[in-house]
Amino acid sequence: MRKILIIVAALIAPTLGWAAGGGATFPNDKIEIDWDDKAAMQRGARTYVNYCMSCHSAEFSRYNRVGADLGIADDLVRDNLIFTTDIHGEKTKVGELMKNTMKTAYAEEAFGVAPPDLSLIARSRGVNWLYNYLRGFYVDESRTGLGVNNGVFANVGMPHVLAELQGLQIPKYRSESDGHGGEHDVIVGFEIIKPGSMSKSEYDNTIHDLVAFLDYVAEPYKQTRRNVGTGVIIFLFGFLILAYMLKKEYWKDVH
Amino acid sequence: MSEDNNSKGLLGWIDARFPLSKMYDEHLGKYYAPKNFNFWYFFGSLALLVLVLQIVTGIFLTMHYKPDGDMAFKSVEHIMRDVDWGWLIRYLHSTGASAFFIVVYLHMFRALLYGSYQKPRELIWLFGMFIFLALMAEAFMGYLLPWGQMSYWGAQVIISLFGAVPIVGDELTLWIRGDFVVSDATLNRFFALHVVAVPIVLLMLVVMHIIALHEVGSNNPDGIDIKKTKDANGVPLDGIPFHPYYSVKDLVGVVVFLILFSVVVFFMPEMGGYFLEYANFVPANQFKTPEHIAPVWYFTPFYAILRAVPDKLLGVIAMFSAIVVLFLLPWFDRGKVRSIRYRSTSFKWLLAMLIVSFVGLGYLGALPSTGVRTLFAQIFSVGYFGFFVGLWFISKNEVTKPVPERVR
Repeated sequence: MRKILIIVAALIAPTLGWAAGGGATFPNDKIEIDWDDKAAMQRGARTYVNYCMSCHSAEFSRYNRVGADLGIADDLVRDNLIFTTDIHGEKTKVGELMKNTMKTAYAEEAFGVAPPDLSLIARSRGVNWLYNYLRGFYVDESRTGLGVNNGVFANVGMPHVLAELQGLQIPKYRSESDGHGGEHDVIVGFEIIKPGSMSKSEYDNTIHDLVAFLDYVAEPYKQTRRNVGTGVIIFLFGFLILAYMLKKEYWKDVH
Repeated sequence: MSEDNNSKGLLGWIDARFPLSKMYDEHLGKYYAPKNFNFWYFFGSLALLVLVLQIVTGIFLTMHYKPDGDMAFKSVEHIMRDVDWGWLIRYLHSTGASAFFIVVYLHMFRALLYGSYQKPRELIWLFGMFIFLALMAEAFMGYLLPWGQMSYWGAQVIISLFGAVPIVGDELTLWIRGDFVVSDATLNRFFALHVVAVPIVLLMLVVMHIIALHEVGSNNPDGIDIKKTKDANGVPLDGIPFHPYYSVKDLVGVVVFLILFSVVVFFMPEMGGYFLEYANFVPANQFKTPEHIAPVWYFTPFYAILRAVPDKLLGVIAMFSAIVVLFLLPWFDRGKVRSIRYRSTSFKWLLAMLIVSFVGLGYLGALPSTGVRTLFAQIFSVGYFGFFVGLWFISKNEVTKPVPERVR
């Protein structure tokens, strides 16, 4: 029996190593999001409403929920995060959803596809992808109207909105075998050709904070979830001891 | 009214009108279960626990969910964000779906280990298989409801399989969807089936499963009939009343299960994209097919069998056959010895082959297919069906070890 089990384990083990290899995208860095770092998320929220939100809504989220979770008072939210108005020209209320005013038809005409809502982007794409994508724009004159391409999301329809912060960069290529006998160029680095208002590390930090905000807004209850979970599991362990003792007591007379 | 129990008062009043004490005795107080249940026997009661959990959380989700093509995705996010504890209810339900399959697969595996499907328990096995089938239908239709990209395209792919049926195929898919593509009409009918029709069937089958079990009595890891040796009162010598012995023992199992379950619910509800697929956080878009459509993990073994066969119709037949052979298991096994403890080495090898094949298929079914993977899926498919064929051959004149009279 044991021999069979060992062979079964040996047969199953190699299949686990078949995870698909990563595609050739650049940059390809990983980040850690600290769920307790509210300051980073606040900075990210500011970047989001200033640079992203005119095209990308976060329509499942409410302004005052963001304020409450990130420790921003309602009046500060109103002054610093809300730039939209309703049809009567009145400023959007703090209790409202984070929508924007861009019409889908216009967006499709301008960008080819309507810019997606970003409420859940951190859950569908993952934080690492976002961190790399937002740092992956490079100059590509062949792209009419945009002038940029992206090392993570090739031929994306989005312009480099953050160019004034990051500056403009060109890719450095290296030729690599594609595994089928051919060769193709892969991006291995970037070189800034026109500096922006931020240094590389400042820009990386800004993107980190923006991604931290997107990660928060994708699952605003994440911190609560973890805290409640810790309590629940501690309780269950206590309960387990009692349940086990109860079982032992009853089973004393079973032989 | 139970004869040895001259109950008075309220209980007596009820017993004269409804067999409450009798039912309690038959199913709990005087249901004698073998005393040698091991780890594998927790999963029956756990399946019941998860069923209740799914029904209760499902009721609360229904209070806030909107089965409408334009509102479904939004209403799920509304539950996650604006409903008090909505995120918890939703994660309990989504994790519960996967937990249900884990528990049920292990429960079925137990039956394989100890021959619990053999005579006289064939009907228990059949009811169980119908539960499994209903569960798959329930899970499939439930998965459409969040109306994400994977919900939508997963349903599109699976429903289109019915199009492989000769002659009526196209009409059949049209009838299932209620439209030419998966749409609001499909969502509404799946909602109705998911929250009303299938749960009723499921509950009915569970009751029949348990009644059939309590009629013939539980099997045990030795595969011995404990009713053969009884004391003067007709109580099996190796039996103990379900309550309190197994109720307190199962309670320990329940708590251990809940700890593991909570780790997923509170700390990793997506379970690395296996319980909640990442692409399902993008709203359904009928004009944009995802790069890779994979069913949720509990369907992947059967999906891998489907893809292993080059022809669509034959693939569909192979996939459904993979479930049909499970139904027929009690008749594939012609052996008289139930437990793996006393069965032949060839049986153990066959079972090992089944495990490797099933796990391998499950793994492959989640990945995009390539030449090598398809080849492996074909080998594993042969291994899967090979178990049943092999069992039929080896079980007729199987060389077994002597089975003891009493449980150890």
